[in-house]
Amino acid sequence: MAQLSQFVEHLLRRAGFGVSEEERERFSRYTYPIAVSVMTNYDPAEADVDDKIDSGPQYVPIGGRGFSPNLVLNDARKRWLFRMVHSPAPLQERMALLWHHHFATAHSKISDAVGTTDATRLMAAKPSEDPGHARGQIELFRQYALGNFRELLVEVAKDPAMLYWLDGRLNRKGAPQENFGRELMELFTFGVEHYVETDVYAAARVFTGWNLSQTGTRGTASAFYSFNYDASRHDTEGKEFSFPIYRNGSKQIPARSAAAGMQDGLDLIAALASHPETAGRMARRLWTWFVSETEAPDPAFVDNIAGVYLRNDTNMKPVIRAVLLSPQFTDPDRFHQRYSWPVEFVVRMFKEVGFVGSNLDTTLTPLLNMGQQLLEPPDVNGWELGPGWFTTGGMLARMNFAATLTANQRIALRDAARASRQTPETLLDFAIGRLSLPEIDPEVRNALLDYIRAGGTWTGEDAQLAVKTAGVFHLLTGSGDYQFV
Amino acid sequence: MKFTRREFIRDGVAAFTVGFAAPTFLSDLARAQGARSRTLVVLYLAGGNDALSTLIPYRDPFYYSRRPTLAVPPLNVIQIGTDRSGMELGLHPRLAGFKQIFDQGHLALIQRSGYPSSSRSHFLGTDIWSTANPANSTGPGWLGRYLDLLPSPVDPLAGWATTREVPHSLIGQRVSVPAIQTPSSYAFQSPNQGNGQFPNDPAFERTAMTRIASHLPEEKPHLAFVNGTTQAALATLDKVASVVNYQPSTGVVYAANNPLAQALRAVAGAITRGIGTKVFWVQTGGYDTHATQNTNAANAGYANLMGTLDSAVTAFYNDLRNQRLLDDTLIVMFSEFGRRISENVSNGTDHGAAGLMMTIGGGVQGGLFGTAARLQPGNPTLENNGADVTWETDFRSVYARIIDNWLGADSLSILGGNFRNPALTIV
Repeated sequence: MAQLSQFVEHLLRRAGFGVSEEERERFSRYTYPIAVSVMTNYDPAEADVDDKIDSGPQYVPIGGRGFSPNLVLNDARKRWLFRMVHSPAPLQERMALLWHHHFATAHSKISDAVGTTDATRLMAAKPSEDPGHARGQIELFRQYALGNFRELLVEVAKDPAMLYWLDGRLNRKGAPQENFGRELMELFTFGVEHYVETDVYAAARVFTGWNLSQTGTRGTASAFYSFNYDASRHDTEGKEFSFPIYRNGSKQIPARSAAAGMQDGLDLIAALASHPETAGRMARRLWTWFVSETEAPDPAFVDNIAGVYLRNDTNMKPVIRAVLLSPQFTDPDRFHQRYSWPVEFVVRMFKEVGFVGSNLDTTLTPLLNMGQQLLEPPDVNGWELGPGWFTTGGMLARMNFAATLTANQRIALRDAARASRQTPETLLDFAIGRLSLPEIDPEVRNALLDYIRAGGTWTGEDAQLAVKTAGVFHLLTGSGDYQFV
Repeated sequence: MKFTRREFIRDGVAAFTVGFAAPTFLSDLARAQGARSRTLVVLYLAGGNDALSTLIPYRDPFYYSRRPTLAVPPLNVIQIGTDRSGMELGLHPRLAGFKQIFDQGHLALIQRSGYPSSSRSHFLGTDIWSTANPANSTGPGWLGRYLDLLPSPVDPLAGWATTREVPHSLIGQRVSVPAIQTPSSYAFQSPNQGNGQFPNDPAFERTAMTRIASHLPEEKPHLAFVNGTTQAALATLDKVASVVNYQPSTGVVYAANNPLAQALRAVAGAITRGIGTKVFWVQTGGYDTHATQNTNAANAGYANLMGTLDSAVTAFYNDLRNQRLLDDTLIVMFSEFGRRISENVSNGTDHGAAGLMMTIGGGVQGGLFGTAARLQPGNPTLENNGADVTWETDFRSVYARIIDNWLGADSLSILGGNFRNPALTIV
């Protein structure tokens, strides 16, 4: 087993989804700064693993019947999980997942309006899978994973799934719909304390006419949806804000002709994206997502990252590079200080334990029980992160998923453990090493050693080794320590 | 507002874990001291129940003219009397068990329950009923807020959702409710189950996991929190397992092919075993009847929904009555909205406004509450240009009655306002 530095292992847990054997091998060649470059400088075309689906035993099977990820919601979920497990650019999938949380949009509300298959396309279809060559929202997030945040905001404002989710499709002159404008300021950019209620009214008017058009018959293969700026529904009067919109300090978006009115929204988004408070809030979110959930953001980190964000014109790639290279991120005291999301837990299990005899279909119910359904965040706030994941039922679901997976891996784990079968201690250390765990406390270590010894003298012969290896992997992955990344 | 258990963990991880570590359940102590405990069972009809097909205004000519295929003929309706507005009403033909409960005075029907500007969205409507707050339907649910007020340490089974996911109503800031869909699978699993050569290994594993979960290092509060959660889960398993083999009282059959009946069977098991759960959440779906609603079918559509409901609730009612637990049990039933009055071109009904709430229990004062809508377009009991039934009783006043008179808590603080309605003597 190739050795990774603890820093690179940390990087793979935080910026990827854990450490597969293949990644352990590949990344063992890199110093930490080079590993960061490899993670952030990926080629999306080369990172595409969709053609690997169901193509061999080295890939986790999709499972279930049929596979139509552009039409069937669960298939879309499975495709995304497959990418998380196997993408050579896991940071792309992680960023897409973070944007999915940040711009939390749920399939169910869209499905209410257009039916489940169309809603699945709006959420997750690739352009090649849509009759109008429209890109589903998750594909947008993957495309802009490390892209420019201002441009991402513009794309989100025009995204058909978002136009359903926050009702922008209904927003028109004389009957402004406030939902999107409010969330743009409250959740997507600078946060609730930096605007006043009149800004919400003005923002709603800014986006009047940012609507949708539907082509073909809903619920059939011909239906597709696209953004449509309807000039006749745009409010052309000027809009006054409590914060500067333009570099000269002006707080007023001028009256414009209906035809030119789309510029209102672009101006507002540009102002919000480059607002210093947006930079600060982004830095604090990145602290939570990448650095630590157990301590408040370090002001030095926030200043540093917010500065990088503003100096680079809201481009995320230099921002994420700066996060991963920051002294706060690479401080060993902050390793294992983030509560793992259910999706992270499951993907990491596949990477670090294996997937022989398992498939992605079998993860969907456990993930639901753990509290995370992809494409169905509970509300516009996204998921409740951190301790919020850890209910009794959620924890039991994690333990039971681990039980099923380790049962399936019994033979593979036994074979991998043979070189370490001398004593209970060597077996335990093998398991801890493979699972990229922190140093575990003696109380836990003793409980595990007593388990390995329980039931008879330790011989390490194959039958005993199979049972105890599966048991130890189950106990370790179900333990509190493994729930942190 | 984002709600989170984070503050709680920061401030009180020790109290939290110590509470869960206590070997004896509070309910055990309470029962040993002779205390009786009341149970609330929420039965949610998911999808928007067509109230006009549950409680039928069979003398209203507009009921027939606006629903040429869906209206239930007067002869088939189970007549239950006249409300205070003079409207004669009847239950759906498949609700024969409900009729018996009604005759025993233990079924209250609260007509036209809802709220102003009713949402026609499942999504938003469900959130509004969950939070009891039409103005801001994010944040903890009304039952979560109730559970949050229970004195510490709170029994980890104080709430129990029989659904796969904990419903929004039961989400609290402090108390975490388990979702236990099937008691038999709410269990500790081992990868070495059924290994003849090592039959005791699953037990060894559980012992080890219990030891690991009891490691609550003060200097690592977050690890302690997660381990404490596992500890609480492990502590509830045996309680939940005790329900698995529950045998209902003589003569009561919970139909095997009726998931709602099976869920209520587990609830009855938990109540009779004295698990100590105060609030159960039970759910049944299929009420979003946009097409082919089949109110009059022998064995399809809405008629089946009513049959499923009647069979399950009647079995549960009889079971608890036989065991003298009916007086300690209150069932409340509702849906996120009622449906459009006129049937649509697909022989179904679309999303509407006010609906029907029902309560059943030994402590329930039965009868017809509120007044029926008059279905003639233009009548003031209607809204949306006569398309939908408008609300008369705010659903929050039913919640308030339950909170004040059944759960023994304060509806003013839990609901954030005064929704008390003295006329609503349902319980």
